[in-house]
Amino acid sequence: MMSRPVVARATRTGQVAGWADDRLGLARVARKHLRKVFPDHWSFMLGEIALWSFVVVLVTGVFLTFWYKPSMGEVVYQGSYDQLRGIPMSEAYASTLELSFDVRGGLLMRQMHHWAANLFIAAMMVHMLRVFFTGAFRKPRELNWLIGLGLLMLGIVEGFAGYSLPDDLLSGTGLRIAEALMQSIPVVGTYVAFFVFGGEFPGDDIISRLYTVHVLLIPGLLLALVGLHMLLLVYHKHTQWPGPGRTEKNVVGFPMMPVYAAKAGGYFFIVFGVTALMGALLTINPIWAYGPYNPSQVTAGSQPDWYMGWLDGGLRLMPSWESELFGYTISWNVLVPGLLLLPLLFGLLGAYPFIERWVTGDRREHHLLDRPRNAPTRTALGVAGVTAYGVLWLGAGNDILAIIFDLSINTLIVVLRVLIFVAPVVAFVLTRRICIGLQRADRDRVLHGSETGVIRRLPTGGYVESHAPLSIEEQWRLTAHESPEVPAIGPAANGNGAPRPGARGDRLRTAMSRFLSGHDVAKPTREELEEAHHGDGHANGVDRVSEPDSGHRVR
Amino acid sequence: MLLTALLLTGGAYAVLSPASAQDDLAADEALVDRGRQLFLVGCASCHGTNAEGIVTSDGTQYGPSLVGVGAAAVDFQVGTGRMPLAEPGVQAPDKPAQYDDEETRALAAYVASLGPGPAIPEAEKYDLEGVDEEGVVRGGQFFLTNCTACHNFAGAGGALPEGKYAPPLQGTDPKYIYEAMLTGPQQMPVFSDEVITPEDKEDVIAYIQSLEENPSYGGFALGSYGPVAEGMFAWLLGIGALVGFAVWIAANSVRSKKRTKA
Repeated sequence: MMSRPVVARATRTGQVAGWADDRLGLARVARKHLRKVFPDHWSFMLGEIALWSFVVVLVTGVFLTFWYKPSMGEVVYQGSYDQLRGIPMSEAYASTLELSFDVRGGLLMRQMHHWAANLFIAAMMVHMLRVFFTGAFRKPRELNWLIGLGLLMLGIVEGFAGYSLPDDLLSGTGLRIAEALMQSIPVVGTYVAFFVFGGEFPGDDIISRLYTVHVLLIPGLLLALVGLHMLLLVYHKHTQWPGPGRTEKNVVGFPMMPVYAAKAGGYFFIVFGVTALMGALLTINPIWAYGPYNPSQVTAGSQPDWYMGWLDGGLRLMPSWESELFGYTISWNVLVPGLLLLPLLFGLLGAYPFIERWVTGDRREHHLLDRPRNAPTRTALGVAGVTAYGVLWLGAGNDILAIIFDLSINTLIVVLRVLIFVAPVVAFVLTRRICIGLQRADRDRVLHGSETGVIRRLPTGGYVESHAPLSIEEQWRLTAHESPEVPAIGPAANGNGAPRPGARGDRLRTAMSRFLSGHDVAKPTREELEEAHHGDGHANGVDRVSEPDSGHRVR
Repeated sequence: MLLTALLLTGGAYAVLSPASAQDDLAADEALVDRGRQLFLVGCASCHGTNAEGIVTSDGTQYGPSLVGVGAAAVDFQVGTGRMPLAEPGVQAPDKPAQYDDEETRALAAYVASLGPGPAIPEAEKYDLEGVDEEGVVRGGQFFLTNCTACHNFAGAGGALPEGKYAPPLQGTDPKYIYEAMLTGPQQMPVFSDEVITPEDKEDVIAYIQSLEENPSYGGFALGSYGPVAEGMFAWLLGIGALVGFAVWIAANSVRSKKRTKA
């Protein structure tokens, strides 16, 4: 090995750095990564919200474990909340009350933990939508997309486990529903429920089991996957929006040190601050008002936290269908929304990058993002999914909607049952038309310039509107994407008239490809641009731009 | 023999039934008469001129019979403004009372005179004087078992089928909570004195009052509607603010190009 140059040993800092470098080899790693470049856009910081709120959840969660007792052993409450003194309750609930009322800062920590958890999952979802709508899941990032989905799924399970731990009335009601979901599994459901709860509901095992899952198992998995997610992010490099000088082979942005580190570090404090403010000012999960769990009690407004809401909505919207097969009752009303909805969503999301890749036949790497309008069908599919999710959300809040807006809960359910099928289709069609309209508008702007609102009267008596030329950056931005293309397929039959192997798959692929990009608007070609700019002259002043299709340079 | 038995039963009933407490209200003939006058003007169009109720041609009830509902029901319905009804609907909403105290008393006296029913409770039944801390805790258990399923854990109200609802209890006069338990207005079941004793009723009211007197421990309570409201705040306020900060940071750190001077 070559000896490394001994530099900067003169100063005290240099000595410390040198000591560490000699033992850890930091300089090589640091040299490479401290100058790592990240592109700058607000939407690239959504994942950071998730990361930083996860840190807040970890820190506040550690605090909570110092007082929380994961036990269903019965104690009589003697703490300082008057309205429950003398009531028998589980140690879990009593210790959560203690945290809320007798531990200094405990309620703040509980509320910060809960708000940060809500924000963590929400941020993961927003981040996922950003990645989906911009096509950032394409090669080489498919695996990171799947890891992200794993994180989201684990986050949801983790949240539900945490929601169940205080053993208050809502916790128990939620667990009761979870038990019903398990029981609805055909044939083995009862065994599964007994296995999980250690006997008949509620038993006295579930809280300590969920505790291990909540503080050890899932956080460990989450941390590992977050690490992997970030490693792959560094390895793949970050995607960027198209623009002058930005290609599939470079990353234009700011180096890790000092710019990006400062921004990310600063953003951490903002996330921490917002969570702290919410924890200090807004009540979340007032367990003292719910009371300890008692199977004979229930409260109006019993809902899960928001990330489970859509599943609860599915349960509320599903008609009460049951059938009996070979002596086993199949509860479709619980089975379908409770057990099939979650795998359906994650299955669709997980399969989408591979389906799109197969349909487009695109094997290239993509580091430049799509503007959502330039992938109208993908965008429309995403909006349809968001719409369906939203309808299920409304379903989960049907009782709250009914009282706030003076509606009939029955009518609301009927309307939502229709909307769950109709609204996504309407959203799909509308979104696709809007995207295509935006594409047309972009095309017009590239060909004719921006509308100025200045109307001129011609000597002949006609009126025309003046168009202003676009800047080169703007033209690049509007034309950086690829024109839609339906892949060509071979003939259905070979020369001898026999069916060509794979012809059927190709036909399906072509049909799907037409569905995916058949409606898209082609971007202007070089010829069209020249024609527009030098032709009849209605784009006055635009003729000095270079055409975006060919290799143009930034000034 | 039979006659004796009947007489005994009847006598025992007269002595023991709630109607035996059929207060002086119905005995005050002037008051009953004034109530009848008011009733004929304000109530009879739906409840019938003798409060016997009106049945529509298709067999549904236009206004129910008030015979035997008792003075407490009148005091609750009229005192909270639910009656007279502004318009037919699934449920009578509360609104500013349309009759003053004296008129309400007169209406109650008239309805009480029609048949035996629960009387307006005396003030000492709901003044919470005799409720100690244990009573509040006990009342809380009654409340969580019997009331929260419809009225919500904080008494914020809840939805019932077909547009009906359990109204919020926050800020409700203890007398009306007591009368509601006693008479079971609209969708509410009757919790008679045999089901929940007067002392327990007072405990329940004391618990509801104590919730209102609690400081809002966790900060703004978001309407006490539970996780739906929390989710809305997490998204609109939390994610909204954080995305706003992200936009601000991305727009204001290092500029990717020099600002051209105008």
